[in-house]
Amino acid sequence: MVNAAYAIVALPLLGFAINLVWGRKLGEPVAGWVGTIAAAGSFVATLIVWVTELGKPATGRVNDLNIFSWFPVAGLHANFGILIDPLSMTMALFVTGVSTLIHLYSIGYMHRDPGFDRFFIYLNLFLFSMVVLVLGDNFLFSFLGWEGVGFCSYGLVGFWFQREVAAVAAKKAFVTNRVGDMGFLLAMFLMFAHFGSVNYSQVLGTLVHGHATGLLAGATGAISGTTATAITMLLFLGAVGKSAQLPLFIWLPDAMEGPTPISALIHAATMVTAGVYLMSRAAPLLHYAHATSWLIAIVGTASAFVAATVACAQDDIKKALAYSTISQLGYMFMAVGAGDYADGLFHMLTHAFFKALLFLGAGAVIHAMADNQDMKWMGALRPYLPITGATFAVGWLAISGIPPFAGFWSKDAVLSSVWQMNKGLWAVGVLTAGLTAYYMSRQFALVFMGRARWQDGRPAHAAVTAGQVGAHPAGHGGHEAGGPGLPAPSHSAVPHPADPSWTMYLPLIVLAVAAVLGGGINFPAWHLDFLSRFLKPLFPTATVISVSTGTKWALSILTTAIALTGLALGLSTWRTAEHPALEPSFLRRAWRIDEAVAAMVSGPLRMGANMLAFVMDSRVVDGVVNGTAGFMGLSGRALRRVQNGYVRSYALGIGTGLVIILAYLTFRIGG
Amino acid sequence: MGFPILDVLILLPLGAALGMAALPRRTADATARRLAVGAALLELAFAIWMTVAFKAGPAHAGFQFTSRQSWIGPLGISWYVGVDGISVFLVAVTALLFPVAMASPRVERSARSYLGWMLLLEAACMTTFLSLDAFLFFVAFEVTLVPGYFLIVGGEGPRRGYAASKFFLYTFAGSAFLFVGILATNLLVAAHHVPGTNGSFDIISLARGATHLPLADQELLLAAFGTAFAVKMPLVPFHTWMPDAYTQAPTGGSMVLAGILFKLGAYGILRWGIFLFPRAAVDLAPVALTLAVIGIIWGSVVAAVQKDLKRLVAYGTVAGVGFIVVGLFGFTVQGITGGIVEMVNHGLSTGALFLVVGMVWERRRTFEFSELGGLQVNAPILGWVFIVVILSDIGLPGLNGFVGEFLVLLGTFITHRWWAVVATSGVVLAAVYLLWAYQRVFHGPARAINAGVRDMTWAERAAVAPLLAGIVFIGVYPQPLLSRIQPAVDHLVAHIEQADPNFHIPASGVGHANYAVPADQVVPVVSFSGTGGGGK
Repeated sequence: MVNAAYAIVALPLLGFAINLVWGRKLGEPVAGWVGTIAAAGSFVATLIVWVTELGKPATGRVNDLNIFSWFPVAGLHANFGILIDPLSMTMALFVTGVSTLIHLYSIGYMHRDPGFDRFFIYLNLFLFSMVVLVLGDNFLFSFLGWEGVGFCSYGLVGFWFQREVAAVAAKKAFVTNRVGDMGFLLAMFLMFAHFGSVNYSQVLGTLVHGHATGLLAGATGAISGTTATAITMLLFLGAVGKSAQLPLFIWLPDAMEGPTPISALIHAATMVTAGVYLMSRAAPLLHYAHATSWLIAIVGTASAFVAATVACAQDDIKKALAYSTISQLGYMFMAVGAGDYADGLFHMLTHAFFKALLFLGAGAVIHAMADNQDMKWMGALRPYLPITGATFAVGWLAISGIPPFAGFWSKDAVLSSVWQMNKGLWAVGVLTAGLTAYYMSRQFALVFMGRARWQDGRPAHAAVTAGQVGAHPAGHGGHEAGGPGLPAPSHSAVPHPADPSWTMYLPLIVLAVAAVLGGGINFPAWHLDFLSRFLKPLFPTATVISVSTGTKWALSILTTAIALTGLALGLSTWRTAEHPALEPSFLRRAWRIDEAVAAMVSGPLRMGANMLAFVMDSRVVDGVVNGTAGFMGLSGRALRRVQNGYVRSYALGIGTGLVIILAYLTFRIGG
Repeated sequence: MGFPILDVLILLPLGAALGMAALPRRTADATARRLAVGAALLELAFAIWMTVAFKAGPAHAGFQFTSRQSWIGPLGISWYVGVDGISVFLVAVTALLFPVAMASPRVERSARSYLGWMLLLEAACMTTFLSLDAFLFFVAFEVTLVPGYFLIVGGEGPRRGYAASKFFLYTFAGSAFLFVGILATNLLVAAHHVPGTNGSFDIISLARGATHLPLADQELLLAAFGTAFAVKMPLVPFHTWMPDAYTQAPTGGSMVLAGILFKLGAYGILRWGIFLFPRAAVDLAPVALTLAVIGIIWGSVVAAVQKDLKRLVAYGTVAGVGFIVVGLFGFTVQGITGGIVEMVNHGLSTGALFLVVGMVWERRRTFEFSELGGLQVNAPILGWVFIVVILSDIGLPGLNGFVGEFLVLLGTFITHRWWAVVATSGVVLAAVYLLWAYQRVFHGPARAINAGVRDMTWAERAAVAPLLAGIVFIGVYPQPLLSRIQPAVDHLVAHIEQADPNFHIPASGVGHANYAVPADQVVPVVSFSGTGGGGK
């Protein structure tokens, strides 16, 4: 069992090392298979550990495995250590599982890309980092994974680095994340100043030893509300950056410049959920920090709503999904804020299934459409892409919250917890559910139904996407160059859409099955709530949800009715109509938040930096120095000498003179 | 006393430098280079031997391998060298960086004089790190200026004469304060007749006496020392000699100027500032911390808008120095240990960065961002190396920069919270300017001449490999360093707490935070005499 736990971490690292050294030589497709096998091995190892854990009593499922001590200084003891507990196991299972599928998919998707081996190097490094993030037994080691996934995201968003937009988007993603990371760092400092440790076991009390009571019992006294609030707010800043919530969400839509499997894996299923994981991990601290819980719930709700409205007005198939991801992450944070961590994680799992499915489906569509991402140019693809169409439909219904698909169960659970917390937030959540159904139906209708607009050849309104480029300050491209790093995709040929090869559609089918049945892992009746019971020992501070069954039924029916309304509206509007004026540019441009930030950066901030560099630094500070030198008559003469060729004698003179003078002075004074 | 390893570390490069000067004029450049690099490699072997033989653990906090010869006896000046946890890895990184700097980059002018000055500089740097005698320290500290000057003048920049003169005059002016400070300390201590002092320039004697001086005197003296070191580091606003000097020097020169030479200032403030005047240091810490924090932000912001890659890297070092000083003036074991690790890190990372920047220069003959771009297309390995090096500077966990940065910020957060908070913003700014630089040089389409660059040669890879190995090793497994550094730092922190009864590292918190030195380990100042011969 112990060996298997190490293998979860070691295998992706091994795959990374093999491809780093021999990747170029192995080439396509061997490098891809090496990566995929490493990921699959990691998944199997996770399964083995999980099954072993299940054999133990519910409160004893905690193992802390120390690999070695990382940097011990005085009282700081941070190890490379693995924590096996229900929360980390839940995360590791879906991370390695989804990851394996996407590795497999990528073998087909990255076919004939000159950076094939580089892609799998990053992908395995990403998996390693992500596994470290969720399995780390202290905040610092998790932070290693946290930054590692950030770097891999940087490398993969900018994978086609020859395109300026991709390079800019990559940098923007990393820097925006770093703003959040600053919060994470400060939270660790404060934790250490307060607890003398950054280990989960010490900071979060005896919790990990399985005791439901005596929280923070490692401590001699209780933590003050102020400190708990400060620590959790700083952690939440990190979570907001990583999970792309308001106001730091601006990097995620741009990150769609990366290859589509990356959008599915990193920017939908796994990395962006790290913030939710972190806040769930910090649940015992949140218990003492009500202000933070409220902040989390409010930010989550606002992000869910704002991003959903924006998703209604996107033409780019991936951008629409990206905003949808922000919105769904908002739901997860609503659950965390409401103290219902298990259901937050439940939604994270189902979302991982259906959103990965939708992105991978979008990738298949983009391939079929000769690398065009403009949905207004697509249409009627269902008969051409039967497998993609059917699986995409499953994802669409799942995210829309239609029973009995997975998304319904998790979203319903989240909303009933939010109902208990605050009716206002709940109302916004339900409204967002309607919007979700609407924009996803719009997407499905535009891509798979209606008229086959792509048969018109390169359409006049293909310029719509190009127009957006101008509208966006950061210069988003609407296209993905699937080919060998082409600066711009070519639309010369009318595409011949067809379903992709088996390595690509197999993951689609597996994920579609998960998106249908995923609700079963936490079914809210007949004692089938496996996930909640599995996680329960870890969240003794979770809010007890006391919404009566009758109310739950009523809420469920209401939410479903609203979702169905959104679905019907979306389908009826977009199945036939080509351009109804339903897309205010305010929404299309994401409430202009990104533009405001960009204007701030390129305007006043840039000017201030230039002032500091070229006026303060080079004129004022250096001016004083040179002025002083000139005043003393040194500068002019000295420089002229230098330029006249007396260089050597001058400096040597000073050097030897110095020694003599020193010796003399010392002798005089000392004697 | 066994083998006088430290004397050898100083005399070997000195002898080699003299040998370079004595070589006949018509000696081929290649021959001269082979000899010089050979000497530097031999030096490296000795340094490795010394580092391995250096004893770790709490019992070995004092100076090891000490060697003492009377020099100017009546004045109490002696040749007194020794190494402890604070200096041991600075010596090692110096010995590592010099052969790399001498072996790799092409030299435009006379190789013989370039190599000679490099070796002399190495000897001077070694002496500065190893010296336990204030006078010897001062002489070595000053001597570094001369080869520094000639290295800059021997560069390729159009403004090298101006840059070199400015470097020389500016730091020389700073050193005047150091000279006065050292003499005054010696005389004042001698006048006080504190028991256990002997009127010499011996660091232990000076430290023991200096803590008994009136506080106002201590503060003045520390200010004098601090000014000299602030210019050398350089700390904002004393930094304006630096961008010119670093950019005009040839690649190898920039590597050692930025990688080693500016550490002399940071090392100096720790060894000869904080250690001699702990009470004054605690009192003046807000000033030092404020300057350091301003430096972090100033350096990063100014770096971000530079139009020239090498200038950008140069301003980046101003921010790096800021982090070191923030750690040193936190006075916690974590902070000071982190500061020392940061010094070692900067030797590796900044050295490697200038080396790689030099490779860009050799390919493109320009540092202008507007002329560069898309190099990754044809030079992927150069791109990979560049990104690893800047990630180390950005502080990505798993690479060396993070270990130092985290300890620095954590340690200072405990005692000087708000400075640490502002300094933490440096992690965002570093990502901004370094990734932007990377993007402008390596990303984007490769236009015209940029498309024709060749990738790293095997010789270049061999040169950069040891630096990369160090970057990764310290990032993943820094324990061997920390276990050697920490005992000396524990001692230093105990010394500070002893000297300043008002200074306490807050041991608040509900958990038991063992970040302070446990009470039973606090050693009275007198016991420093006992640590003098640790290596015997």
